[in-house]
Amino acid sequence: MTVMNILEAVRDGLRQELKADPDVVLFGEDIGRNGGVFRTTDGLFDEFPGRVIDTPLAELGIVASAVGMAAYGMRPVVEIQFSGFVYGAMEQLISHAARLRNRTRGKFTCPMVLRAPYSGGIRALEHHSESMEAFYVHTQGLKVVIPSNPYDAKGLLIAAIRDPDPVIFLEPKRIYRAVKAEVPDGSYVVPLGRASILREGTDITVVSWGSMMKSVLDAATELQGKASIEVLDLRTLSPMDTASIIASVEKTGRLLVVSEEPRTCSVAGEILAQVAERAMLSLQAPPRRVTGFDTIMPLYKMENDYIPSKDKIMKAILDVVSY
Amino acid sequence: MPRKTLASFKVEYQQLMNEKGDVDEKVAAIDPEFAKRCYELMTLVRVFDAKAVAMQRQGRIGTYASVLGQEAAQVGSALALQESDYLLPTYREAGALIARDSPMHQLLQYFGGDERGSAYEEGINNFPIAIPISSQIPHATGIGWAMRLKGHKAAALVYFGDGASSRGDFHEAINIAAVMKANAVFFCQNNQYAISLPRERQTLAESIAQKAISYGVEGLQVDGNDVLGVHKAVSDALQKAYTGKGPTLIEAYTFRLGDHTTSDDAKKYRDPKLVEQWQKRDPLARLRVYLRQKMLWDEDYEKSLLERCAKKVEDAVVRYESTPAAPLTDMFDYHYAQLPQNLAEQRREVM
Ligand SMILES: Cc1ncc(C[n+]2csc(CCOP(=O)(O)OP(=O)(O)O)c2C)c(N)n1
Repeated sequence: MTVMNILEAVRDGLRQELKADPDVVLFGEDIGRNGGVFRTTDGLFDEFPGRVIDTPLAELGIVASAVGMAAYGMRPVVEIQFSGFVYGAMEQLISHAARLRNRTRGKFTCPMVLRAPYSGGIRALEHHSESMEAFYVHTQGLKVVIPSNPYDAKGLLIAAIRDPDPVIFLEPKRIYRAVKAEVPDGSYVVPLGRASILREGTDITVVSWGSMMKSVLDAATELQGKASIEVLDLRTLSPMDTASIIASVEKTGRLLVVSEEPRTCSVAGEILAQVAERAMLSLQAPPRRVTGFDTIMPLYKMENDYIPSKDKIMKAILDVVSY
Repeated sequence: MPRKTLASFKVEYQQLMNEKGDVDEKVAAIDPEFAKRCYELMTLVRVFDAKAVAMQRQGRIGTYASVLGQEAAQVGSALALQESDYLLPTYREAGALIARDSPMHQLLQYFGGDERGSAYEEGINNFPIAIPISSQIPHATGIGWAMRLKGHKAAALVYFGDGASSRGDFHEAINIAAVMKANAVFFCQNNQYAISLPRERQTLAESIAQKAISYGVEGLQVDGNDVLGVHKAVSDALQKAYTGKGPTLIEAYTFRLGDHTTSDDAKKYRDPKLVEQWQKRDPLARLRVYLRQKMLWDEDYEKSLLERCAKKVEDAVVRYESTPAAPLTDMFDYHYAQLPQNLAEQRREVM
């Protein structure tokens, strides 16, 4: 066991797979000698000569090359420097990566991973702070994974690299360094498609993921004694572990979803819809969500008024519990 | 059968004033007073730039991208513009923006995380700073095309780096501009690095300028540290655009003396010796030599110039820091011409 933050856990996951599988290569902008703008790949350039590759500045080219490489049988793991710069490659993700298996009835597949830091709260420049996971969840054929802690980050990343289908792996940059935990040495897998219960409780189910999880756990700790809170970390947004959400809601009878996304058509909204369809009669209070606004992510002076705060989450929990 | 040559090309490099301050008046006549104006603006840009970097370190603004070393490329190009022309900047264009009348306090506001930094007064035809690399280049095509369709004697000048030339946006922009004869000037500051990636790894081509050739467009490389040479090349390209002769790609060959941004550490990937070599080609140094020859520069002048610049920058800092915070409702109020119902509801949550 080694104590690591999320960045280090991601790096260790990449290292394990580079070691284990000669078909794994990493490429992207500034990930080589510079070790990535967040230093996620620091050291890997020297440790795995020729397999951690700096590309020209071309997101579409990077993602499209990964599609070709994956179809040819390799396991490319590409980094897009910030999730706000994936958009130039959307056509490749939507029209090719996600569809290759279906279009060829399984003859060609696309086992690639796209890693990108997402979410706000680090006083970054414009376009560096959005939480647009719903785009990818809405793209049929992609898997979408967002870890919230070092253990999951490493295990989910290894699972994503080994997965036979394309995976978007969004990294919670606000808590990259803020969350530390013991991580097993060597290789292990956290299976995709399964949520985890981070905290058991009986009054309310709070579903969240990624960057928001730290505030959710802090809120739950602060409400100790006032409400018995079950915290469910979704971890994989697509395919979604609806069964675990329903089972928890059937137990607690209440639901709050916390996410940083814009509200309309959010993943949070999908969770509410699933619960409404499948567990309405177990609910003792209307299900709720705390999300960002339907606004463009503001520049940093207002970003903390956009991102759901711990206080907002606590208030929402108490509102739902005391409905 | 033997192959035939279908076409052959040359790629030219232009310089008006070399590193020693010698000028070639055969290329263009030089007005010493204009050279002095350039020098003063470049000095102001350098003082602003150092202040912005310092303010980031003190947490008074967010991430900032230094212009250090590129003052000639930016000031020389921006001064070629007329009022009705459009300027499209990236995050590294504080120099061009200052030369083109963007108020310095608004630049600080933008980098200080406040949208009001891009809300210039009427009459300042500077686009907002583009962060997604290359994405602004095709807008110059659109603006320049519109100018041509409307018969306006104006042009769009768009800034970008060597890294930007690898994205499709760049290629699509030049190709459409060429076919449509858009009034556009594409201005690449090749500062040798895109964050950590050196220019030779960005493209195997000998120059960025030559990329224009494949679109039937004129491409020219200029010494980007030669403010007068840059000014001449951009002025010529603008004239061409005004007279319906289509777009030009200009590559200003220069160097980023600082880190990529305040979040970067260039020592990790760049040989300090290379930086030293380029420091010797400081764009201000050669102008100083030239101005001294013309009796337009001495130590006293330098001192008073620096004081004047520091004062202007200080005034901008005070104005930035004494501006009251924008109301949170601003987050909602500028998305549409009319506030839709869902936003009106959410707006109440912050009131
Ligand atoms: C589409 C996109 N991808 C990646 C980035 C992150 N990024 C910011 S600046 C930069 C390098 C840009 O290099 P260049 O175009 O040469 O301009 P310079 O910064 O050197 O002025 C990168 C990769 C971005 N802003 N936009």
